[in-house]
Amino acid sequence: MSANMSDAVETSPKVADEVKYTTCYMCACRCGIKVYLQDGKVRYIQGNRNHPVNRGVLCGKGSAGIMQHYSPARLSKPLKRVGPRGSNEFVEIEWDEALEIATEWLGNIRKTDPKKLAFFTGRDQSQSLTGWWASQFGTFNHAAHGGFCSVNMAAAGLYTIGGAFWEFGEPDWDRTKYFMMFGMAEDHDSNPIKIGIGKLKGRGAKFVSVNPIETGYTAVADEWVGIRPGTDGLFVMALIHELLKADQVDFDYLARYTNAIWLVIQDEGAADHGLFARDEDGNPLCWDQEKKAPYNALAADAKPAIAGEYTLADGRKAVPAFQLFAQRYLDEQYAPEKVADTCGVPAEDIKRIAAELAHVAFKEEIVYEAEWTDWAGRKHDKYIGRPVSMHAMRGISAHSNGFHTCRAIHMLQMILGSIECPGGFRFKPPFPKPIPPGLKPAKEVAPNTPLGGPPIGFPTGPEDLVVEADGTPKRIDKAYSWEHPMASHGLMHMVIHNAWKGDPYPVDTLMMFMANMSWNSSMNTKGVIEMLTDKNEETGEYKIPRIIYSDAFFSEMVPYADLILPDTTYLERYDCISLLDRPICEADAAADAIRYPVVEPDRDVRGFQEVLLDLGARLGLPGMTNEDGSPKYPGGYADYIVNHERAPGIGPLAGWRGKDGDKQGRGEVNPKQLEKYIENQSFWTYHFKDNQRFYKFANKDYLETAVELGFIPKAEQIVMQLYSEPLQKFRLAAEGHGEIQPPERERERVKNYFDPLPIWYPPFEEDQVDNGEYPLHALTQRPMHMYHSWGSQNAWSRQITNFNKIFIHEETAAKYNIEDGDWIWITSYHGRIKAQVKTMTGVNKDTIWTWNAIGKRRGSWNLKPDAPEGKKGFLLNHLISELLPEKKGDYRYSNSDPITGQAAWFDLRVKIEKAAPEEQGESAPQFPVMEPVPGVQNRPELLQYGAEFRKARGD
Amino acid sequence: MTMLPQKTGKKLGLVIDLDICVGCQACAVNCKEWNTGGHMAPLTDQDPYGPAPDGVWFNRVHSYEARGGCGSQTVHFPRSCLHCQDAACVTVCPTGASFKREEDGIVLVNEDKCIGCKLCSWACPYGAREFDEVEGVMKKCTLCVDRIYNEKLDPEDRVPACVSTCPAGARHFGDLGDPDSDVSRLVAERGGMDLMAEMGYRPTNKYLPPRPRKRDAADVGAASNQLNPVQDQSSAFLKWVDKVLSR
Repeated sequence: MSANMSDAVETSPKVADEVKYTTCYMCACRCGIKVYLQDGKVRYIQGNRNHPVNRGVLCGKGSAGIMQHYSPARLSKPLKRVGPRGSNEFVEIEWDEALEIATEWLGNIRKTDPKKLAFFTGRDQSQSLTGWWASQFGTFNHAAHGGFCSVNMAAAGLYTIGGAFWEFGEPDWDRTKYFMMFGMAEDHDSNPIKIGIGKLKGRGAKFVSVNPIETGYTAVADEWVGIRPGTDGLFVMALIHELLKADQVDFDYLARYTNAIWLVIQDEGAADHGLFARDEDGNPLCWDQEKKAPYNALAADAKPAIAGEYTLADGRKAVPAFQLFAQRYLDEQYAPEKVADTCGVPAEDIKRIAAELAHVAFKEEIVYEAEWTDWAGRKHDKYIGRPVSMHAMRGISAHSNGFHTCRAIHMLQMILGSIECPGGFRFKPPFPKPIPPGLKPAKEVAPNTPLGGPPIGFPTGPEDLVVEADGTPKRIDKAYSWEHPMASHGLMHMVIHNAWKGDPYPVDTLMMFMANMSWNSSMNTKGVIEMLTDKNEETGEYKIPRIIYSDAFFSEMVPYADLILPDTTYLERYDCISLLDRPICEADAAADAIRYPVVEPDRDVRGFQEVLLDLGARLGLPGMTNEDGSPKYPGGYADYIVNHERAPGIGPLAGWRGKDGDKQGRGEVNPKQLEKYIENQSFWTYHFKDNQRFYKFANKDYLETAVELGFIPKAEQIVMQLYSEPLQKFRLAAEGHGEIQPPERERERVKNYFDPLPIWYPPFEEDQVDNGEYPLHALTQRPMHMYHSWGSQNAWSRQITNFNKIFIHEETAAKYNIEDGDWIWITSYHGRIKAQVKTMTGVNKDTIWTWNAIGKRRGSWNLKPDAPEGKKGFLLNHLISELLPEKKGDYRYSNSDPITGQAAWFDLRVKIEKAAPEEQGESAPQFPVMEPVPGVQNRPELLQYGAEFRKARGD
Repeated sequence: MTMLPQKTGKKLGLVIDLDICVGCQACAVNCKEWNTGGHMAPLTDQDPYGPAPDGVWFNRVHSYEARGGCGSQTVHFPRSCLHCQDAACVTVCPTGASFKREEDGIVLVNEDKCIGCKLCSWACPYGAREFDEVEGVMKKCTLCVDRIYNEKLDPEDRVPACVSTCPAGARHFGDLGDPDSDVSRLVAERGGMDLMAEMGYRPTNKYLPPRPRKRDAADVGAASNQLNPVQDQSSAFLKWVDKVLSR
């Protein structure tokens, strides 16, 4: 550096040689980013201000993307295991050899019994490709990670309102006056929620957070409701009780947009008891108050009754669904005073929140002036808004009562008339969709044959289950069986257990992508590691004989795979953020996006999607091979993104379709489509007009456009389902009706939990363990600067958090004579761990919690073995069993929601005790250090990233 | 001993809204990302993958619980140089390395003059100075002096990295010397405060305090803390039975 005694500053230094726009992948939010490149390196990553998701902002994860991209934990070449599993003895092999090995393994399976391939993906943002690939291969043993993440939210939403929280809808941040957030939600939709909270607080809206822990977003809420975990459903039902009792219900809304008016047959013991009364065309009936007779409930001229008991043409009784709804929640068991102790929320707070909701919904009504036409062709000159909005996520989802709890929240939204209106909760197109969407899970597999449909879908009755003739599960994860009939995202958390146990059968190969199953993505981590290394005593073969794994990094899963296919970083790859998958739309616009390589890989790595298509061609899968046997997508994933059509004119990307690129949604393949995306900063949006903006489920112009764009099959009103008939169909079967019957063991369970109206029951683990012995709840959440980011090896992120403590309310800690900094043992019925304490007051007194996935196995992610992540960090996962507690001799169900199979991470019950003085200083359990595999680079002792840019500038 | 300018043309600084800061660390990391290749590059990280990772950060966010008589509140508190008008870090500097710019009030370090004596970090009451052990010089927030005037950037991007990236919109940038600027108005409206005003360093940056929390029904305009039930529930049902609704 030349001595420069002048204080003059270069205020317009060169920033980049070029700027490229792509999509972030540091979490699930998928923001638009602007990547500044200098001398072939990434100088800076900024949020793209034109992008619909993040509008220019970028979170702590996205801002740390450079360190992820240049991480020394990156894998650099395919690896073949040569030592025993877990030993980390691998040799590098060429891609050709790797693909030949995989083709041989998978080819043998495909020609004999394709279901012997279990293909599950984790942090997958290409599920429309991976699901299609599984279906072309012919295995229904496929799902992504939704079963352990958010399926309770997705399923409850899609079976109730036609959309769901998170990706399928959002609060009307610009107009809402009262915002309720349930459960830990500092996660999905990361930047939109932060942008929204900033906006609504600026406008003086009230923000109520219902959450056992007062951190993150909750810290800026007006009101913190520090609820006891797993009781949100009961709390919501008490709110509904209060509203009903005071007649604070939007009846007009219920009659127009929900099935509250549909007549439910009341004929106890009959095969159709509890189903909707229908006319000969299958239309649901209501009681028409003017005609004094049953009438088509979908007809525009119906004058429906909402309560009362009526006689059908066949002389049987029927009542509007609302009658059953009101009868249930008016019951005194839902009175605030009755639920207060269970929920840990004072009755007066519940009453006040109900009063506030009613006031804002009905007295603070807002009007959005715009002409629109409803589903029946009637013109309106305004949209009425009930400015109460809600959002819920992990805290609701991760309980074994989460499906019903989420449905209860949707009930509350419906009676307030606050879904899809100005100021309420709004759908993001392509939602709402028919309730539920029309896809059914594939039921049959056959050698050398693609599935008859997608591996995952939405059953509406016993006939859609994927079960053997005797009612036992067909899928390896037991999804869509009587154990979890509406498992719309599969049960990834059960795959390794079931495959190891051979229940319902052993598999041959387990193929996974971006899923850290031997660490933070599994319940019972230690047990899973044992299952992955367990051998069949007779044959000496591993019980899960072959494991193929794709990851960009040296994660804890690497040692347990037989074949490693190294993935790229997100800046080196093509991707499409497709409307066929988990879209990135906003309420006023449909959107999709791409990633494209903004830098070239400096290692011998390939994007997993690229590899899948290659494998597909080598295996001769029909969708990936031409008739002459040549690959259909020789240009790899980019080729597929442009040229693949799922239905005529519908492909992975909706923008710039058609030969000339002038069509949207539907249109022929456009060979220049990717170029158009790149020109347009890697995303496409389609903005809806004022006449399409609200009430999308009943808005003619919206529905017609949605059909044109390929979002929904028909421009018919989508009627929200207050009362869920599919649930009743399963229950009727369990009561003995119909030909398809559950196995005896499942009968009571299905009868109990398949209630067509939301119920609350204590989470299973709480119900089954001795709560005197295990008096506390234990939860995890991820800090905002790491949520959903892949790994914690990031040099910058780990300076903010590199080990986790266990947080305890100071009064609770005092009871155990525990102080800040003490080390304690935490024990569940399943396991025991050791961690260091931090006391606080912003937490429910019956709850302890920690940051998740900060604890790393020593040596993994190329961290030094003495890094705090390994030495002091810990996982709560060791305490959580993938099975429910053993009851004498009884079958052990998975630790999941009985309806959807959602992993019940948050049902955990624990006890705590102070560790002995000699036990301080290190977390437990500890595992052997992971030695680096070939190709993992040397980690630097010193990082001076960016010095080179300054040097090049010469300042 | 280094002199401060009598008066600066502008008083550029930040206004940070503690009411909506959710503690997400976006500002801290984006600052690090920009500045590690920026005017004071690099922002050295020692032991980045080891037991004690320790790097230079111009902006750090602290989250802590304020525990008081009526319960607790988690507060997220971003901390960076406040570009004080009476900057002790400047006056204490023996070489003139620390200086306050006359044109805009930004406090900078000229690394070529810095001898790494750390007097400035001792003098700064806010702990905002960051010593680069490897380079042997003091570093600090430059208010993104290489961005805010940078003609090679789009005009919208000519704000500090922390401001441009903040998802909640909790950070604002402008001339606090101009009473009509957006930031000055915001400070006036929201009762923006000096951090530790009693110390007398006259920080340019201001913090907006959390807004009063809406805890009562009256705060949202509701007349009562609970709803009035319809007297007789059976009559409620009767009323509902008689309803004639339309679709």
